[in-house]
Parts: sequence; structure tokens; C-alpha cells
Amino acid sequence: MSVQIKNTTVCFHCGEDCLDEAILFDNKHFCCSGCKTVFEILNQNNLCDYYDIEKMPGISPPKNAIKKYEYLDNEQIFEKLIDFKDEDQALVTLFLPQIHCSSCIWLLENLYKLNPHIVSSRVNFLKKEIKIAFNYSDLSLRKLVELLTSIGYEPEITFSNVSNNKKHSIDRSLIFKLGIAGFCFGNIMLISLPDYFGLDNLKDNDFSQFFGYINILLSLPVLLYSASDYLKSAWQAMFRKSINIDVPIALGIIALFARSVYEIISNTGSGYLDSLAGLIFFMLLGKIFQQKTYAILSFERDYKSYFPISTTLIDADGNEKSVSVSEVKVGDIILIRNNEIIPVDALLVEGCAQIDNSFVTGESVAVHKNVGEKIYAGGKQMGQAIQLEVIKELSQSYLTQLWNDEAFIKQQHHQFEGITNAMSKYFTIVILIIAFSSAFFWWQTSIKIAIHAFTSVLIIACPCALALSAPFTFGNVLRVLGKNKFYLKNASVIENLTKISTIVFDKTGTITQASKSTITFHGDMLLKEQIDMIYTLLRQSSHPLSKLIFSSIKDAELLTLIAFKEVPGKGIEGSFNHHKVAVGSELFIKEKQDLNPTSTTVFIKIDDKVLGYFQLENSYRNNLKEVLKQLSKKFKLHLISGDNDSEKKNLMTYFGSNAQFSFNQRPEDKLNYIKKLQNNNEKVAMIGDGLNDAGALKQSNVGVSISENINTFSPACDAILDASAFDKIPLFLKYCKGSMRIIEVSFIISFLYNIVGLSFAVQGLLSPVVAAILMPLSSITVVVFVTLATNILYRKKINK
Amino acid sequence: MSVLFILIIVSLTVAASFLVAFIWSVKNGQYEDGYTPSVRMLFDDELKQESKKHQIKNKSIK
Repeated sequence: MSVQIKNTTVCFHCGEDCLDEAILFDNKHFCCSGCKTVFEILNQNNLCDYYDIEKMPGISPPKNAIKKYEYLDNEQIFEKLIDFKDEDQALVTLFLPQIHCSSCIWLLENLYKLNPHIVSSRVNFLKKEIKIAFNYSDLSLRKLVELLTSIGYEPEITFSNVSNNKKHSIDRSLIFKLGIAGFCFGNIMLISLPDYFGLDNLKDNDFSQFFGYINILLSLPVLLYSASDYLKSAWQAMFRKSINIDVPIALGIIALFARSVYEIISNTGSGYLDSLAGLIFFMLLGKIFQQKTYAILSFERDYKSYFPISTTLIDADGNEKSVSVSEVKVGDIILIRNNEIIPVDALLVEGCAQIDNSFVTGESVAVHKNVGEKIYAGGKQMGQAIQLEVIKELSQSYLTQLWNDEAFIKQQHHQFEGITNAMSKYFTIVILIIAFSSAFFWWQTSIKIAIHAFTSVLIIACPCALALSAPFTFGNVLRVLGKNKFYLKNASVIENLTKISTIVFDKTGTITQASKSTITFHGDMLLKEQIDMIYTLLRQSSHPLSKLIFSSIKDAELLTLIAFKEVPGKGIEGSFNHHKVAVGSELFIKEKQDLNPTSTTVFIKIDDKVLGYFQLENSYRNNLKEVLKQLSKKFKLHLISGDNDSEKKNLMTYFGSNAQFSFNQRPEDKLNYIKKLQNNNEKVAMIGDGLNDAGALKQSNVGVSISENINTFSPACDAILDASAFDKIPLFLKYCKGSMRIIEVSFIISFLYNIVGLSFAVQGLLSPVVAAILMPLSSITVVVFVTLATNILYRKKINK
Repeated sequence: MSVLFILIIVSLTVAASFLVAFIWSVKNGQYEDGYTPSVRMLFDDELKQESKKHQIKNKSIK
């Protein structure tokens, strides 16, 4: 077989290099028949505008996807996957990770042109989701998914899609509360305007009464609906005999409302309802600002969003049947095809297994398994189909039993008390003392002034600035960190990060790069021609190791290959004009095993002479040494790894002598390791990546998951760190610490305002205008201060 | 001046109708996806222009 290589053409559909002989169709080059088929489908349906919006937008469709979707014909699974259905139409939301450009949106929203039974389709680009309405009696869900797959958009349907029944509804109540507070605030301000300017000639008695009553009417929804969270939270805190920030806020709100209503009804003044509405509006604004969410990220994923819904079962007669993963029982024989995930612990019965464990352990190099060997759930098969005998059910497997641990069942019990709440305890007590003592002081003079002073203190001391500083600071910090590819689950993670005393690292995939291995060649110096031959031979193989080594060889030329043979699981052989070349495992090349089998090696033989071997090792992340050196100054460092301790010496030079190492740790061991540290009063941050770290990430005070590609799966955690920002970890920690300092300073500012306000209040001199100026002014000062300060800190610390 | 009573009630009603519109739009999911509509709205125009260009080219060839 002679292979002619053209290296210059680029696929019209997907933009990949057409390495093999390009397929020429309609004057366009395609890299594979899959891409050509997609073009044909689109061309027949006049959908070629797809190629006009963006250049080469396509995705090469997967090659073996046809049989996979039998399970979608199952009535129960169908019911669970769809959002809604009536007599003839059903609505389904599918996650299409391939969506990447505007051409995708255009094509996917024109699906109805491809099949008349699709009624409409809508893309949410940021979430990479598509909502499709279709006539399910004419077009089955399976056919629909197969259609999407055939044009390159293969939906990702996982076990979690069917296991939790409740359709997640988004909580929009905070937005409604803000909207209503804003509406009432604006109108109350407008109606109170004559008061501000002292337009007494307008102040016909009828008018001021009328305005007052309208203000009360407008402030009712603010008090009863918009402010309900604060009142409830304060009530609950009092019930538990504790004080949080909401207690003084609720006191202030109630004092404001009661005093205003009294003044308006008794016609003695115009009240402070504008301040009340403004206060609640700004506080809700802070709450919303603090809720920074990322459309594509989820911090709550467990193994269910990783495992597939179904697997192929082979029954006693040898027939293939698609069954739900949860129905698979011990002793069943299952079939796993290329790129499918092994859902349960099993023994290899037939075939050649190359297991890619990168999601579980972070290990980038696929592991070879022989017939009879045990394969743990979670790995992905690369290469041909294999048959496995199930030895444990899904929920009991090595990996998934981790989720039975109490760390996952109990709610987070080791949350720190927030800085604001800690502060408000003292604050509330001081305020109450001042309020009562000023009331007591005026009591002898006049009861009226006493009540006036008492409510004034509560009103002016209402810690709105205090309540605003943390949300706005944290909201800003979340955004800044998000911009630098460190995505936090919520604001409390920032506070937790500042209290960390110990950092625990996972090894593989965390401090090593999952996507990159160091490849070294051991043996004789290779001649140029020999390198070229190896290069050419490797290119023929789709084995992950071949691909890795192939891409690491530079400055080599492709030669003409005369014959080629791949021995699955062992290696490849090829002949050139004068030479025979073989590349493969040690056993395959030398027919005996000398080296330690733990390291990954690929041997080379040319014309019956073994020339040496390539060794693949995980390479450490860039700047690892620098990062660890900085961290070791302030934190205790630990390393836990599921691997053996062969690298310990090397790691010592990175971590320093004070660090502690633990090897051969199973997933539960990692969890217990963290627990043990916490029992010694350490606040632990765990930095890990794969599913096997999920327990440790959950148990730790702050679990950080490192991900090469944030769009792919990452286990439940408090923060997701894009691997490219790994070297910034010390800066992020410093930045979080700095932000706490900012909050402390902003507290001082708001206390200063309070002192000014209180000096009016205790004298019984507080007027609505003073309140209307002082309260928003203090809030705005604090917000402006923290926003500016966090940005300046960002420039100083991170963006040097 | 008593017309103010009516005017204020009218203005409040108008403002309230906007509030209702806002709540309806949030409930309707209009704020869910802030990106895709911005791309979607460009499709028709862009493609028509494309085809016009093609037509012009074709004409000029003729």
C-alpha cells in the first residue's frame, strides 16, 4: 500500500489539515468522509450559508455513533429527558459542547430545514444548549439525536440528565425584589421632592397628606416583599439567640417604617420612606452584584454528570442490547466501544484495552490492560471495542462509593463565620446601648423627644454601608478572579481562601500537565533517515501513544511506506524501500520484559536491531518551582498521590524539605487525609483535578479543581482554576487577603459616617433631609471606595 | 391644583405598567441569554447581502 501525502490542503468543512489524500468533492477538499457527508447533507438542503458566516466552521462527526443511541427509544428515558410534551409536540434541551461560532447558531436554528418534523430550535450560545421542539410521533428522540450527530453536533447526555428528576428552575425572586424596590424607590423619591426643596407654598395640607399616604402605599411592597429576606433572616437569628448583620438592618427598617407611618398619620412630618426604599434597593443591588455566575461552569457536578446513561449489554445469545447503566448487574457482559466510558468496575474478557484515565486520575497516557485484568470505572476505552464482565454495580464501584461518604451527605458544616456577621455582633450591641441610653436621657425632658431620639439612632445606625461593603468588594473580586481564569463558586469562598493554613496538592494532572508529557529517547543516536521512517510509521497509527510521539518529533519528513501492519495493543510494523521498522511495547519488540513496567515506554526496532526506546513522563507545570516556593513561605504544603513514590526525590526539590508526601492513596484515603488535617485545626485548601480527588475537594475548606479546559467535566468543588493560570495561585491568595483589608477599611469609613449621623440622632435633631442625604451618601462612598480599591489592588497584585 | 391628584395617579399607573412589563420579561426568560440574540439578529441581513453580492458578481460576469 502506498500512501501519497499532501500536506497543504485544508478541509473545507472543519479546517483541519487534510493529511491523507484529501477527498475532492464539488471542487472542495475534505479531510474525511464524515466531513464530506455533512457538507452533502447541508448542500442538499440549501444550508450552505453555514460556510459563509464563518470560514470552516464544521466539526468532524464521530465515526461510530450510530448504534449508541438505542436507549433513547426507551419510554422512561425519553420522559426524563424531555422538558415538556403535549399530544404531538415535545420540547427537549440538549447540551452540545461543540457549539463554538455563529455558524453553529445559524445551522442549529435552521434544523427545521433538515427535517420537517422539527418545529423550531433555539440555541443558547453561552450555555452551549439547544432547545428543540419536534413532533415526537413522527421523529423519535433517537432519530433527532442521530441527526444532530450526523452533522457533527453530538449531544452530551449523561447519567445526571435522567437521575435527578427535578428540572432546575432558576430563582428569579431576587430580580423581582430588586425591580419592585427600584420602582417604589424612584416614585417615592419623586413624590418626596417638594419636601427636599422645602416648597412650602405647595405644602397644602391636603397635598402633604395625600403624598404621605401614597408613599406608605408604595413602601408596603418594599417592606413586605423586597425586604422580606432581611426580616426573615433577622427573625431566625433572634430565634437561635444569635446576631447577624440582618438584625440591625431589620431593626433599622422597622424603625424607619414605624416612625414614618406615625409621622404621616399624625400629620407631624413626612417620614423617611424614601430612605427606607433606597436602602433596600441598594442592599439588594449589592446582593445581585455578589452573585457572579458563569453560564458554562457548574460547581455541583458529581460522578453522575460524567457517566453515560446507558451501556451495551451482551446477553447469553450474544445479542447486543442497550440498557441503563443503573440496571447493569454483577456478572453481566458489557461491550465498550472506542471513546466510551467504562461505567462500572469490571474484568476484561475480550479485546485489547487501552484505558485513558485522564478524567479520573489526571494521567495523560493510556494504560494497557490484558484479558483477565481488573478495570475500574471511569476510564475511557481508546481503540477497538472490548468486552467486560461486571464485578460491581455502578453505585458500589471503586470510584463512585466515594460519594457514599458522609462528606457528601452532610451539608457543609465547616463554613467560617463571615466577616460582616462577626462585626455586626458588637455593632448591634453598641447601637442598642446608645439607643436606649439616649432614650433614657431624654425621658425626663419629654417622652416625645425620647422616642424620636431612640428611633433616630436605630434609623441612622442601620448598617447599610456595612452591609454593602462586603457584597461589592466580593462581587468585584469574583469578577477580577474570573477574568484571570480563576472561577469561584460564590463570595464566601473568598473569605475561606484568606483563612487557609495548609495547601494539599494532588500530583498527576494537578502539578503535572495532563495534556503534555515529556518524551525522552534512550538508546543509540538515530540517523535522519531512521527518524523519518519512525515518523512516517507512527503517523499511520491512531493509538494515543503513537500520536503523542508523532507530534513530539520535529523536523522529520514523511517517506513512502510500502507495507503497514498494526498489532492491537502491542505495536506497529512497516516496511520501507530497504528497511523494516517496528515500534511498540517492550514485549512486542524484544519479546521479554527488562524495564520496570510502571513507566511508559515505546521501543524501536529497525531491521531486527533494537535501537532504544522512547520514555513518556508527565512533565511538571511551568513555574511549578516558583509557585511552590512562594506558597511554602506562608502555608504548609502537602502532596497526596495515587501513584507510587518513584518520583519522591524529584518532588522534594520542588516542594522543599518541610512538605509532607503521601503516596499510593486511594480516593477515600485522600478524603480521610484532609479530615485528619482538619482535626488538627488546619484550614485546608485542596488543589486537585480528577474524579478521584472529588472526596478530598468536597471535604476540604476550599476545594480547587484544576482544569485544562473549563468546558469539560470537573468534579464538585468551590473553585475552578484554568490550568493556564496555575502560576498565579500565590497572587490570587494575596489578592483575596488584600480584599479583606479593603473591607476592613470600608467598615471604618461607614463607622465614621455613623458617628456623624448618631451625633444628630442622639440629640433628637434628625430630619428627613439629613437622613435622605447621609444614608445614600455613606452607601455610595463605601461602594465607590471598595470598587476603586479592589481595582487598584488588582493592578498592583495581579496585573503587574 | 387638584388636577395633581389625578395626574399623580395616572403617572403611577403608567410607571406600574412598566414594572409589570419588566416582571413579565424576566419571567419570560428574556434575560437568560445575553449573547445569542445579538448574533441571531445579524443573520438574515448578512446573508441577504451575501446573495446580493453574488448576484452582482454574476451580472457583471454576464
